[in-house]
Amino acid sequence: MSITTVKPTKPWAATPIDRAITSLSIILGLATSVLVVALTPMKGKLAYFFVFYISWIIIDSLLMYRKIGGKGVRDGLAAKITLFGGILVMMAVTSILWATISRGLKGINTAFLTQTMHSASLFDPIGKGGILHAIVGTLMLIAIAIIISVPMGILTALYLTEIKGKASGLIQFLVQAMSGVPSVVAGLFIYAAIILNTPLRSSAFLGGLALTILMVPTVTRTAQEVLNLVPRDLREAGLAMGATQWKTVALVVVPAARSGLITAVILGVARIAGETAPLLFTVGVFDNYNFNPFKGDQGSIPTVVWRGLLGGTPESIQRAWSAIFVLLTIVLIMFVLARTLGSKAMKK
Amino acid sequence: MSVAAPTKIAPQARVITTKPRVSDQIFRGIVTAFSFSALVILSLIAIFLLSKGYSTLREQGLGFITHFEWVVNVDDAGVESAHFGLQAMLLGTIVISFIALFIAVPLSVLTALFLTFYAPNVIKKILVSVIDLMAAFPSILYGLWGFFVLMPMAEYWAKLLHKWLGWIYIFDVSQPVFTRSPFIAGIVLSVMIIPIITSVSREVFSQTPLDRVQAAYALGATKWGMIRAVVLPFGAGGVVGGSMLGLGRAFGETVAVFSVLNIVFRTNFHILFTQGGNVASMIIQRWGEAGKKEIGALMAAGLVLFILTLAVNFLANAIVTRTVKSGR
Amino acid sequence: MTNSETGSINQNGTQMSEKENAKPSSLSDVAANRAEKKVAGTAPLGTGLEARGVHAWFDKHHALEDVSLDFSAGTVTALIGPSGCGKSTFIRTLNRMHEFIPNTSMAGQVLLDGRDIYESGIDVTKIRLQIGMVFQKPNPFPSMTIGENVLSGLKLAQLKVANHDELLEECLTRAGLWTEVKDRLGAHAGGLSGGQQQRLCIARALAVKPKVLLMDEPCSALDPGSTLRIEETISQLSKSMTIVIVTHNMQQAARVSDYTAFFLSDGGPGQMIEMGPTNEIFSRPRDQRTENYVTGRFG
Repeated sequence: MSITTVKPTKPWAATPIDRAITSLSIILGLATSVLVVALTPMKGKLAYFFVFYISWIIIDSLLMYRKIGGKGVRDGLAAKITLFGGILVMMAVTSILWATISRGLKGINTAFLTQTMHSASLFDPIGKGGILHAIVGTLMLIAIAIIISVPMGILTALYLTEIKGKASGLIQFLVQAMSGVPSVVAGLFIYAAIILNTPLRSSAFLGGLALTILMVPTVTRTAQEVLNLVPRDLREAGLAMGATQWKTVALVVVPAARSGLITAVILGVARIAGETAPLLFTVGVFDNYNFNPFKGDQGSIPTVVWRGLLGGTPESIQRAWSAIFVLLTIVLIMFVLARTLGSKAMKK
Repeated sequence: MSVAAPTKIAPQARVITTKPRVSDQIFRGIVTAFSFSALVILSLIAIFLLSKGYSTLREQGLGFITHFEWVVNVDDAGVESAHFGLQAMLLGTIVISFIALFIAVPLSVLTALFLTFYAPNVIKKILVSVIDLMAAFPSILYGLWGFFVLMPMAEYWAKLLHKWLGWIYIFDVSQPVFTRSPFIAGIVLSVMIIPIITSVSREVFSQTPLDRVQAAYALGATKWGMIRAVVLPFGAGGVVGGSMLGLGRAFGETVAVFSVLNIVFRTNFHILFTQGGNVASMIIQRWGEAGKKEIGALMAAGLVLFILTLAVNFLANAIVTRTVKSGR
Repeated sequence: MTNSETGSINQNGTQMSEKENAKPSSLSDVAANRAEKKVAGTAPLGTGLEARGVHAWFDKHHALEDVSLDFSAGTVTALIGPSGCGKSTFIRTLNRMHEFIPNTSMAGQVLLDGRDIYESGIDVTKIRLQIGMVFQKPNPFPSMTIGENVLSGLKLAQLKVANHDELLEECLTRAGLWTEVKDRLGAHAGGLSGGQQQRLCIARALAVKPKVLLMDEPCSALDPGSTLRIEETISQLSKSMTIVIVTHNMQQAARVSDYTAFFLSDGGPGQMIEMGPTNEIFSRPRDQRTENYVTGRFG
């Protein structure tokens, strides 16, 4: 019995006629939208888009009705409406990114990135003064937050994944509760607890403390997920060799989860890098470098943006956009880093 | 002659005790201590806010939450007398948060459905990354974007809404000023909470048991029919939980709201009109010039906000854990 | 095939006791018993289901090769063979469920009443109404009541029916579940036992009046008592529709089917080796591989 090679087919795939109908309905939809917008007082790109989408839905449904009937049209409608949701979300993000890049780039120059504001004011024209002090300040804040929240976060995650003690349910609940603390409350708390009760005043250190409250839950949650991915066999192998639990954790589990833990830290940093409200209570604003983290106000990128926005003049607003551009670039870099490290962790 | 059957003695489990080595005891001790730091911190927050806000709460009593006035009077002698009532701002918080939910929940559910059931692989990966990125945007960025990019467009929509639907109470305005309104704040908030609602919804939708999905298809259901019959009933709990997480986030938003909302201490349900506020942004607004008495009141306001967000998040997490993680 | 006992057979009882008394000693005896008892089908529906040269691929992997089978109306055909030889894949090409898995393709034709169900322009959801399926693990919709479950197919297809209650009773009776649930149609489906759930799924499939019922190892997750009940149901149903049942259990195939097809894969794509009347397959198989399998030398 000889079998001639039979080719695999997909009889359920869209036929050329289906595709032609879809193209036709798109074209007709575009035509309708141009017509409608021209004839009515609607204006703007969004108007074009909405009219196009609605007319496309109607036209496509009409054209396909004969082939697939009412049920099929409803099914197609669901597909188109969910697609619409996705498109709207994409449009929002694109709009935000585009605004940041197009408006922010204008104010970026060497001065902006290498000078401070100590001899310039927000209202001066661009080219005078820069935000280097704010970049340094933000980096200091991030460093302090990392120093405190990484041990806290990872150790808490270790409790939940390695020790699994009786308090695990409570601790899990508390971590989740902490992730809901509003940023303004974190700032208020540090103010109330420390500034009102001790001689300490606004400083990077206090800002770092406030940011820690916001960072720890993120670090804990991600670290927990990553540590849970480490296979049980690894732990059992360590214990079977006679190692104590802490040695197993320190020398086997943590290294195995290393890239994932770094991801957890990076995500935590991304979370707090742009926080403004807590800084207003605990760090203040400053126009120059301040290398003492325990004393004196600090500049930071978010407060530069904040003041620029409140300033109201074109120059100050331009500084705000350029500063947020720098901040967004930092966040984006961390995001990509976290992604690549995270996927390496998953692959292992 | 009968032989009694030997009495059976039920075997007893041996009690195995392992005394951990000293180094392990220290290890466990340190780890446990650090883990309780979360408890410590949360308690401290409550304690300190309460201690600073206590006098205000004692003076105003329940009126702190229910009254509408927030005035500080300093007479010539420097004596402050004040009346602090948070009601307007609490209502304002709820108004803009619900506008945000109203927009964000349908959009998020649609997007989650699209990602789980319709999107081709490439588009899915891109859109998922984009949404994760959105979650990392700083809130001040949303404030800037909301004020400079969104507001002109939203003002136009508000005018349209007022023109065609102005007869409905919430779309009516006392004066035709449409900038910096609860409507706009709600839109900005909705964009901020879409990522969390979408990702929770997506997680629960993707866990829909395959056998039920196949059962629906085998009965001749279309994809939408299957989604309605199987996915949505299964995922409803997760969507609710995710929405509440978004709500909790919206309650506490500060700088984004401050940028696009004209904070006025009056209850305002005319959402298109330029007047509103929420507790968090009110605290920021009044902080700069606050005297000692007012600082106490703002601390109390912070405490109220803290308790409110804690409650919402607790409920949200309970729902999410029950419906999403356990894979009902 | 004789049907001399037509007059004396009542739905369930007589067949049961005769099966017990016969105490067959081999599969072929079981099959022979069944062949004798089969009652001539009443008004068979249409011309049945026919597969012609069906192939199936998962991505590039050729899983099923050149299967041609003719399922006559009003018969029960069992598909047997060791795990992984393509039986489930094949049965899923019969109601176009195979295409739900991403990156799959097929070749060949499947004819229902002479018309290829893979024809372009055909409404696939209508096909699935005519070719129903019952799965290995019972899968009633937990968010619906028992009554809603049975009628769910109508709702999904938006079919109008004059009398819901009548249809409910008819389908549940045919599935052998009516007496057990008639007083609690409003209860949730999750409270039923495994065997009851599976019969509910059968009732659900029947509500849309299919011409063919495909069953993918419907009893393998159930206890022997439920299995026997469902096998009785299958015998009853075969009078008015065509049934194709995949089974790992050769005794079941012998008890329940008129025809049997044997599938095998030698490391390559699965193929249909042999098909014939059940008692012949078990007593006088033509192919050596079939004989090896039914005598238990492998699989």
